[in-house]
Amino acid sequence: MPPKFRQARWDEPLLKEMSRRGRVGFLPPLDPKIGKSVRDPGRFVPDSLKTKGLKLPELSELQVLRHFNRLSQMNFSVELGMYPLGSCTMKYNPKVSEMISSADGLRQAHPLQPEETVQGLLSIFYELSETLSEVTGMNRFSLSTAAGAQGEFAGVLMIRKFLRDAGFSDKDEILVPDSAHGSNPASAVMAGFKVVKVPSDESGLVRAKTVERLVTRRTAGMMFTVPNTLGLFESEVAEVCRAVHEGGGLMYYDGANMNALLGKARPGDMGFDVVHLNLHKTFATPHGGGGPGAGPVGVVKKLRDYLPVPVVSRNSRGYYLDSKLPHSIGRLKGHVGNSAVLVRAYAYTQLLGAEGLNNVSTLAVLAANYLWKLLDPGAYPVTHGKDLRRKHEAVVSAKGELPGTAMKVAKAILDYGMHSPTVYFPLIVNEALMIEPTESEPVEVLEEYASAMNEIALRVRDGSLGDVPTNTSVGKIDEVKASHPTTLKVKW
Amino acid sequence: MPGSHPLLPNLDDEIVSMMLERIGARSIDELFSDIPENVRLNRGLRIPPGQPESTVRRDLSSRLATGRTPPSSLCFLGGGVWPHYIPAVVESIVSRQEFYTSYTPYQPEISQGMLQGLFEYQSLMSDLLGMEACNSSMYDWASAAAEAARMAVRVTGRRKFLVAENIAPHTLEVIRSYVEPLNLELESVPFDHSTGRVDVDRALSLIDQDVAGIYLENPNYLGVLEEEIGEVVEEIHRKKGLAVVGVDPVSMSLLRAPGDFGVDIVVGEGQPLGIPMNYGGPHLGIFAVRDLKLARSMPGRLIGATTTKDSSKRAFSMVLQTREQHIRRESATSNICTNQSLMAIAASAYLALLGKSGFRKLGEVIISNSHYAVKRLAKIKGLSVPAYGGSFFKEFVVGYPRGTNATSVYRKLAKIGFLAGYPLDAKFGAGQAGLYCVTEVHTAEDIESLAEAIEEVL
Repeated sequence: MPPKFRQARWDEPLLKEMSRRGRVGFLPPLDPKIGKSVRDPGRFVPDSLKTKGLKLPELSELQVLRHFNRLSQMNFSVELGMYPLGSCTMKYNPKVSEMISSADGLRQAHPLQPEETVQGLLSIFYELSETLSEVTGMNRFSLSTAAGAQGEFAGVLMIRKFLRDAGFSDKDEILVPDSAHGSNPASAVMAGFKVVKVPSDESGLVRAKTVERLVTRRTAGMMFTVPNTLGLFESEVAEVCRAVHEGGGLMYYDGANMNALLGKARPGDMGFDVVHLNLHKTFATPHGGGGPGAGPVGVVKKLRDYLPVPVVSRNSRGYYLDSKLPHSIGRLKGHVGNSAVLVRAYAYTQLLGAEGLNNVSTLAVLAANYLWKLLDPGAYPVTHGKDLRRKHEAVVSAKGELPGTAMKVAKAILDYGMHSPTVYFPLIVNEALMIEPTESEPVEVLEEYASAMNEIALRVRDGSLGDVPTNTSVGKIDEVKASHPTTLKVKW
Repeated sequence: MPGSHPLLPNLDDEIVSMMLERIGARSIDELFSDIPENVRLNRGLRIPPGQPESTVRRDLSSRLATGRTPPSSLCFLGGGVWPHYIPAVVESIVSRQEFYTSYTPYQPEISQGMLQGLFEYQSLMSDLLGMEACNSSMYDWASAAAEAARMAVRVTGRRKFLVAENIAPHTLEVIRSYVEPLNLELESVPFDHSTGRVDVDRALSLIDQDVAGIYLENPNYLGVLEEEIGEVVEEIHRKKGLAVVGVDPVSMSLLRAPGDFGVDIVVGEGQPLGIPMNYGGPHLGIFAVRDLKLARSMPGRLIGATTTKDSSKRAFSMVLQTREQHIRRESATSNICTNQSLMAIAASAYLALLGKSGFRKLGEVIISNSHYAVKRLAKIKGLSVPAYGGSFFKEFVVGYPRGTNATSVYRKLAKIGFLAGYPLDAKFGAGQAGLYCVTEVHTAEDIESLAEAIEEVL
């Protein structure tokens, strides 16, 4: 399979390097009437605060446009090719959501404008909350948290506050499996907890027995990702929840991998008390080159007044933002939430509906298992749960028969015009390659991806791989130099 | 699994059977047989059936169209989110799918565009603020301020943090929520009710050896410029704490950069730099630090310049990742991973577009318009405009006559097409009053009609 990809390769200067005195790309107009009335605006600034001059480049409109268009051509994306970054759920983001969210009624809505002037928008939020509650089996959602990690932080803060209110302030430990995302222990620590690592068994699963052993009177709860980061369903999840509950702790569901379970199983039915969802993953909002996302949090009934504010509610007068929940952990984001992301996510649930969402998970799981089966098992063995079905993703090791490394394979696959899997995660797999194809990819593309990986394995074996990547905008980057930066900005 | 769906290319009996066969599974159910019976959902989801694209578009677009927002209403609201004009070029750039449908540039060789764009953002923002390093974004101003408070505690090991009383109330709420687990003493620094500025004497007397840092905003929530930042910074440095200042980056068009005063951490809201108000988000949290040493303790992603391995070409990649959660886990500086990168691209395009002269002009237009508005509103009988005596940039407080209810003015104004006069919290001591914001989007005519509207509802 010959590589058929050549990424654009502009030797694009930095903005500052193109600057020429006197050029301007946009000039805000001054109303002549105001100009006549207000002379010498500089006098409004006290001397102690007057600027000493601005260091900004000077470019024309077309120069700026060209610069960023060229940069964009040197950026791989979902709309260019398969992007199976494990745990990131890089599915297609329906274009219609972009069109809908470009409405003035959203873009130009100010978060402090009276609620009666944005009823349509609030109705969308309300229905989105209801939909997410149904999908997860939770009682109520707050849409305010800006990303998954902020949702996690909100979740563990709620656990902390609920337990303190119940008189259990000595409960200061959170259990986190060794396969968890790094953000889980980081969030727990931010909320003042100590992290107790839960070892997974040889198949990569958390056993209820292990959890029972680790639960003490200090256990506040457990953060649990289901399916886990190996793409395996945690078969003892109900028993794990029971064990933590029996010790007086609460269960937190990390929804990063919810794309496997829509309409199949719900965290609420498994015994979880708090859930966060990554709308940019499961609910198809664009990842924005690293963000924005949205990480709404949902809870069971006993925690409903602990949610971060505001929460969208409804009374006889209409929809409103409720910022007065009696036990709320407070506000985590300045204003409302990442509203433009929320509207896109709701559009997605409408496009799919009940049956469609169920099909999403069916086909995401089918794709992950299919792609895995097409891979050369000698080159890319699984290290955990060999006999288990995968859910939304498959994690293989590059340390089978190959002398290579996961990073080598990752760089090589870029040359095929496809993004690499997530590498070196989860940590419990040596030289991990974590592949999440999603339901968006046609079967032919899944086959192409597997062929590329298998071909790379052959090239590693016969030593013909060479220095990869070669078809990307730049060749292999010097990571050592990068890790010792002397500056994080352009010097003038 | 009947039917087909535009978003689901493999929803086809033939394809599904072929895939199942290859996997060695007899049915779809078998693929999910690892989910124990007791946790399976044995019914359909109770949400409406899927709709065609055209129906969804019609439903949601018509609901959004009922919103009373610009252009059908005029917006004079501020408070940390402000109406500003977004040049068409900025919109065009952030609509490039190559930017918005990519993710965190984990594989730098194939993601140079985003990396260079973010590096340019860091550079432009650092220069604007007079700082040495800026991360590639936080969620918003409030969460950036809260992370800064946590960072001050982490860096100094102290347990007290001072917050100016005249910062935005919602930012104070976010700081409180973020630091609650630290058992921190949050102490409020009072402000002068006649000028609207921080009471510097009180601030200086509150700064002692136990203080991790102090947070103030410039311009503050009341719109007033803090003229004596320098003295506060000097004192906090004398006591080895950190100075944290929150800014509206557009004010940097006219104001001296916080870095010039020796501020250690600058946070702020990048929304005015080409990002829609979006009913609260996505926005752009700014987080910048004074030197590279502090950069090692900061939260968030950082992009650095390097070269290709053969040294032939400049290239960019994520750097100092050992501070971050995916490497450092429970010892990370923050849990943040997904951020607001696309908004940082918007801000960098915006700053490049306006450039040195356009940005300066922007500041002049804004401060001219806001002062013109104040002059006009001051003619209305019974109003106290501005309610605080300090210099201001684009926001100001309007005090209403005795017997007026500020919330009712705000609602009545909205009803007749003016989003303006967000009611001021009683703790600011201005009585019944509203916060107003005037920027470059407003014309003399807009201001005239606002004045008439206020007269009408009073």
